Amino acid sequence: MSDNSCPEGGRPSPLKRVAAFLSRLPWWLVALVLLGAWGMASVLSSPDYRVIFGAVSRGLGVTISVSLIAYAASMVLGLGLGLLRSSRFRPAREAATFYVELVRGLPMLVILYYIAFVGAPALAQGINVLLAPLIRAGLMQPLLARSFDFATRAVIALTLGYAAFISEIFRAGIESVDKGQIEAAEALGLTRGQVLRRIVLPQALRNVLPALANEFVAIVKDSALVSALGVQDITQLGKVYAASTFRFFETYNAVAFFYLCLTVSLSLLVRALERRLKRSSR
Amino acid sequence: MSDTAFISVRGARKRFRAEAGVSGAAGAAGAGGAGGKGGADSTPGPATASGGAATAAAAGGAVPAPGVLALDGIDLDVSRGEVVVIIGPSGSGKSTLLRSINLLERLDSGSVTIDGIVATAPHADVRKIREEVGMVFQSFNLFRHLSILENVSLAPRLVLGLGREEAEARARALLARVGLADKAGAWPRQLSGGQAQRAAIARALAMEPKALLFDEPTSALDPEMIKEVLDVMGDLAQAGMTMLVVSHEMGFARAVADRVVFMDSGRIVEEGRPEEVFDAAREERTRAFLSHVLR
Repeated sequence: MSDNSCPEGGRPSPLKRVAAFLSRLPWWLVALVLLGAWGMASVLSSPDYRVIFGAVSRGLGVTISVSLIAYAASMVLGLGLGLLRSSRFRPAREAATFYVELVRGLPMLVILYYIAFVGAPALAQGINVLLAPLIRAGLMQPLLARSFDFATRAVIALTLGYAAFISEIFRAGIESVDKGQIEAAEALGLTRGQVLRRIVLPQALRNVLPALANEFVAIVKDSALVSALGVQDITQLGKVYAASTFRFFETYNAVAFFYLCLTVSLSLLVRALERRLKRSSR
Repeated sequence: MSDTAFISVRGARKRFRAEAGVSGAAGAAGAGGAGGKGGADSTPGPATASGGAATAAAAGGAVPAPGVLALDGIDLDVSRGEVVVIIGPSGSGKSTLLRSINLLERLDSGSVTIDGIVATAPHADVRKIREEVGMVFQSFNLFRHLSILENVSLAPRLVLGLGREEAEARARALLARVGLADKAGAWPRQLSGGQAQRAAIARALAMEPKALLFDEPTSALDPEMIKEVLDVMGDLAQAGMTMLVVSHEMGFARAVADRVVFMDSGRIVEEGRPEEVFDAAREERTRAFLSHVLR
């Protein structure tokens, strides 16, 4: 009776197979790929687009390096803050929470302006005060706020901002580790530091890897904010080019194209990572 | 008298843990028991006990009221090579007692002495205590991100300072002893419950402890896997290991235990040889409990 209810049981018809394939297809990705193909086609066919892509692509290195450096630094700072936030020592916990809430309550653009125009001069002055004997002895010149270029200030600002977000991810990861794992390690005589390094952090990191990777996508997008300081990233070069040629449509198409190439490919990587982790756990 | 005692507990008192205190104070009668014991006890039966005030108190053990003590003046000695099995209803303080002995929990008052070292002294060497007393948990707690071999060899390397080869040789020998020689390269999630618990026993043995604490080692296992774990424990007892076991495996207690301790409401109600406690309990509460556990 089962062969009766399932006539195509032996082999699905070609039509059915195409239908099954289409139903599994991620349409958003197809649309994005088509959009990218259209972008490439217009670059290859139009000399104008070629010039624009050339002009904007000179900012690609800045965008990528600002993102990478700020991300790496905010991972380190974020891990430190995350550890403090899950510390048993209350003053450490409170101080870290104070920082995180303060920074998360500010727009990233405001942090950027604040670090660039308040933080950097203050930092220069602070270093001068600390190294005053050296300066008086003539061993070094007093630092000026100018000594920090705007790209550096932008990276510091992005780092300080993103460290707050990333610390929350680390804290969640640390808290997600089963208490029994910690007890078993303690019962074996491991020190608190060994428990943290050998048991808690490896498991925590594994739990939050996709979330951390997503923060990289976010930082690539937010790196566009550094254009507000005149740093020559993709956005800034696009802004300058469009303002001088009035080709806003083509220029911002090119800018968007570059960002999408970066972010969509990164997102796909994150998805693949998530799938792999899901498969390997349990 | 504690000359011969390897583990000696004196006047141990402890309130229920903070989170249990909160739920208890909130008057959430149902939540108190689960919060206080972390779901560690899984004794069926006693809560449905009928009859006198004594059994009502036994049932009440599962749901501690605010201010109730998890441990209410426990004195217990375990000699070298002795196997002691602790039984009792949920919330009677069995697990808390075990966890207090290797300092996973702190007593409010009273003392724990292990091999002559006062473990509860303010500046006691906690790591030294834990090197001497191993622990096996109800939920195995194998390290999820490490292979079975790494699970067993990690502590000898980090705590005892063994080299990788030496630690792994020791781990392989112990895995063979618990019948898991072929699982060295496996991951914890690939093991059955019985295999995982045997691996956890090997992990505890790798530190060459002088005593082992078992916190309901078979409660999370399917019935067909309980025996393989109990067999390993029986072999250990035969080999002269000092063991303190919280368990409701009465067959195991009868066959292996030198002494059975019945706890209720944070106190030791009765103790004696297995046949004395199981067949001729002096206390009504013990009999009421046993009548619900033994079928």
